[in-house]
Amino acid sequence: MSKIISYEKAVDKIKDGMTIMVGGFLGVGSPHNLIDTIFKSNIKDLTIIANDTAFPEIGVGKLVVNRQVKKVITSHIGTNKETGRQMSAGELEVVLVPQGTLAEQIRAGGAGLGGFLTPTGIGTIVEEGKQKITIDGKDYLLELPLRADVAILGGSIVDKKGNVFYNKTTRNFNPLMAMSSDTVIVEAEKIVEIGEIDPHLVMTPGELVDYIVGGGK
Amino acid sequence: MNSKEFIARRIAKELKDGDIVNLGIGLPTMVANYVPENINVTFQSENGFLGLGPAPEEGKEDKDLTNAGAQPVTMLNGGCFFDSSMSFSIIRGGHVDITVLGALQVDGKGNLANWMVPNKIIPGMGGAMDLVTGAKKVIIGTEHCTKKGAPKILKECIYPLTGANVVDVIVTELAYMTITDKGLVLEEIAPNVTVEEVISKTDAELIIAHNLKIMDIE
Repeated sequence: MSKIISYEKAVDKIKDGMTIMVGGFLGVGSPHNLIDTIFKSNIKDLTIIANDTAFPEIGVGKLVVNRQVKKVITSHIGTNKETGRQMSAGELEVVLVPQGTLAEQIRAGGAGLGGFLTPTGIGTIVEEGKQKITIDGKDYLLELPLRADVAILGGSIVDKKGNVFYNKTTRNFNPLMAMSSDTVIVEAEKIVEIGEIDPHLVMTPGELVDYIVGGGK
Repeated sequence: MNSKEFIARRIAKELKDGDIVNLGIGLPTMVANYVPENINVTFQSENGFLGLGPAPEEGKEDKDLTNAGAQPVTMLNGGCFFDSSMSFSIIRGGHVDITVLGALQVDGKGNLANWMVPNKIIPGMGGAMDLVTGAKKVIIGTEHCTKKGAPKILKECIYPLTGANVVDVIVTELAYMTITDKGLVLEEIAPNVTVEEVISKTDAELIIAHNLKIMDIE
């Protein structure tokens, strides 16, 4: 059965109140057409896990502006003033996480790990509510894994099996999120036949990808 | 020369041949313009690569190749890409020699606050907390006082911290200071600046180095 489906069918997998991971770094490597399709839908109350909330007009930030998001778990909101405004007004819950911790929480979620110990955040408010563990005299925070119902990712070249190559700096959080979500949807810039991507260049194994959209380029 | 350029030029002199360096957004990014010609350093970009090069010529931008501020950049010969987990393993794991970051507040104990002003602006910490935790040397490049003239170098930071006891060096348009076990040491002052002026614009206690020097940016 083909994994290639329409944008509308893909977005049908996302329901109100779900937690979704969105690949990309300030919109670079984000699945822009999938985001636009969610934007046009009535889906609401989403929890978004993403590196940042991008810009009001670009990337996952559009969903915040469109009030489809109830909570974001992210490292940076400074480029999207609407995220900050909704947070200050009490309309949006924002959990700010150090970028390396966020990446590792997502990795742990997909790697079967129950958490990990990081020195990042020691002595700051990031400590609050977390267990502190001392190893060889050095303090660490116990950070827990993150998982999502659906991941929507931006792939540069995707073959029909779902093997993904991410070009240059579009890789960022995408391969981590492909491991840690129940359903994985990749928006491809270009879709090719199985075998056309050099196996050495596959960054997400096709076995981890459930659906492929796009490929128009 | 404006004060930001002066600060960037002085920080550039801290770089050594073979260093891996991560520059924050804004003033720290300017340091790349003044790397001494006789050394090679590799810039790391936390969105996922080593070998960060200058901005491309107009018309040659690549939408898939940006820095951590989403600006188009280039990659130098020998660079490589990776995902965010590897990027922060490089940062947290102690493989970055120097990070240069800005500050809202920094104090004599080496505490840094640069990610939020309570009840005002909360951009988030991005990669800064990991950088100050993992980089071998943390250099703060900042103007000495706020736009309103208030000291930014305090006895103790008031804003929420990015990291506790993490800063090694502070460079401003007035002074070059190091954080030691004994406290904040004034090592160098800018040309045409007096020690008294630096003290008056610094809230933290300053220990004046015995061999106080003039900041050299040439």
